[in-house]
Amino acid sequence: MYVAVKGGERAIENAHTWLAEERRGDKEVSELSIAQIREQLSLAVNRVMAEGSLFDPDLAALAIKQARGDLIEAIFLIRAYRTTLPRFGCSQPVETGEMSCDRRISATFKDAPGGQVLGPTFDYTHRLLDFKLAAEGDVAEAPVAETRTQATPHITGFLQGEGIIEQEPASNAVPGDLTREPMSFPAGRAVRLQSLTRGDEGFLLGMAYSTQRGYARNHAFVGELRIGTVPVEMEIPELGFAIEIGEVELTECETVNQFKGSKTVPPQFTRGYGLVFGQSERKSIAMALVDRALRWEELGEDNSGAPAQDEEFVLSHADNIQATGFLEHIKLPHYVDFQSELELVRKLRREAAELAETLAAKEAAE
Amino acid sequence: MSDYNFAYLDEQTKRMIRRAILKALAVPGYQVPFASREMPMPYGWGTGGVQVSAATLTPDDTLKVIDQGADDTTNAVSIRKFFEKTAGIATTEETKKASIIQTRHRIPEAELTEDQILVYQVPIPEPLRFLEPRETETRKMHALQEYGLMHVKLYEDISQHGAIATAYAYPVKVEGRYVMDPSPIPKFDNPKMEMPAIQLFGAGREQRIYAVPPYTQVVSLDFEDYPFQASKADHPCGLCGAEDSYLDEVILDDAGNRMFVCSDTDYCRSRREAGQVGQLGEEAA
Repeated sequence: MYVAVKGGERAIENAHTWLAEERRGDKEVSELSIAQIREQLSLAVNRVMAEGSLFDPDLAALAIKQARGDLIEAIFLIRAYRTTLPRFGCSQPVETGEMSCDRRISATFKDAPGGQVLGPTFDYTHRLLDFKLAAEGDVAEAPVAETRTQATPHITGFLQGEGIIEQEPASNAVPGDLTREPMSFPAGRAVRLQSLTRGDEGFLLGMAYSTQRGYARNHAFVGELRIGTVPVEMEIPELGFAIEIGEVELTECETVNQFKGSKTVPPQFTRGYGLVFGQSERKSIAMALVDRALRWEELGEDNSGAPAQDEEFVLSHADNIQATGFLEHIKLPHYVDFQSELELVRKLRREAAELAETLAAKEAAE
Repeated sequence: MSDYNFAYLDEQTKRMIRRAILKALAVPGYQVPFASREMPMPYGWGTGGVQVSAATLTPDDTLKVIDQGADDTTNAVSIRKFFEKTAGIATTEETKKASIIQTRHRIPEAELTEDQILVYQVPIPEPLRFLEPRETETRKMHALQEYGLMHVKLYEDISQHGAIATAYAYPVKVEGRYVMDPSPIPKFDNPKMEMPAIQLFGAGREQRIYAVPPYTQVVSLDFEDYPFQASKADHPCGLCGAEDSYLDEVILDDAGNRMFVCSDTDYCRSRREAGQVGQLGEEAA
């Protein structure tokens, strides 16, 4: 006799226990600590913080450990946690011009105040597997330069002084919050940038790359890329002034792009902007390129129909937590829907066969 | 879990969702945007339904959760446990004992009452989505009641297949105004949607809530000469013998033998307990 499958509850419990065991791996191998992940897998930690929209390296490291290194799963853990946190208010805008930079490069000027600072970059490493690392060798100490105490001005500031790049007027308008308001289109640049900065790195990389290959090409120069820490200040109502509540590491990319000018505006450079938590260089450059591509309308450019110019397309599909959830939900049972399709296809086939038979009989009779 | 608020969501978020629900009830079939939260289960796995249930639950409620009509499907088990843990409410598998029923892909067979709320999990709330992918366009189409595209699609089905080739998520018109996606329920369930219970629909990823108030007119789209037909497998249930319930097809052996059983597990069980036996069933102990 057929008995309907029961025991979903026990199956789930057992699956979770097995998962925990797999996560731990071979117990002969020592367990990873949160500090080890935070310190030695810091770029993974950065990605989880950026796309999880929560600056907390320890929590991000915990999420990576819990997710067995699946970064999207880790981002999901962080997002689900973040959404439960109370909101006290918002900080003052961070002043990236006052960033204490670990890295700062410009592709547009050979030198500028603040200099070119390579910082801890993979850029000029030869991608040869370093077998010494397998032996857990010690690392050499990096030489230390004198700390730069004055602020490092933005490269685009020099262009702005000359009036040769579009002005970015300061505004006190309250930006939208995509975690508190449902997305609607057109979203506006502030919400767009929020969406991009937490968007999937791979998706943005693909979108940005497509603009470089001619789908809405906007010829970007990396005016400046800087990585470092900035203080976060918040105004406390009881005090009536802003105090520093901590600091965050950020990567900021400003691109300088062409613009032909229009009847009212003489030719000038335009901008794309990327700002991401942590050391997230690839992501911030991609973000700047996509931001610039999405600005076609306000800059009076043609819509070439490229995916990267399509705000609704880009923003609706950039979030990997939404994407992965919906993609993976097709693993869930769909027997009811499938059954109804089965019935329908059987019925349509039956009718088609009957029709073919009638036609054949008619032909034979003629 | 005790660190979380009753039913997981904080009160402000619940208020926001309740406002959306009230608006949805006031404008039947209209998709109300709401600021959907990240839930501790993935998008596409019922986050919309869970948020609606969380905003609707009170400590006195009794919750039933079904997926594909069954209480024991893994995701239904998971969601039920979530609310047991975070809300500490009573749960049941019996349709008539539940005050709130969260469902995925089915409407229970037993008729619901005025004291009950049916919460649907919705993947894609927009019935026009696969005809027009842009939200900016479909919102306009709803505003203007411009549903010609949908009728053309149904007409094309008929001209190509001789029948409307939609078997589930069959579009309906609510109270003569909005065309609405009933969520991916089989079209067999469509006629049940004119019911005494409140029906709430939550789409988390797509950030939409919509509703059908009690006794609201819900018409499945069709043509005069091709009227809507609710359909199901042409068999009785193998276990309880029911001829009026929606059936799952189960493959029994390598030879491809099959049997048909009620997808609504509670309906099937209660019939067997009442002494009904299907061809392949045994009497309940």
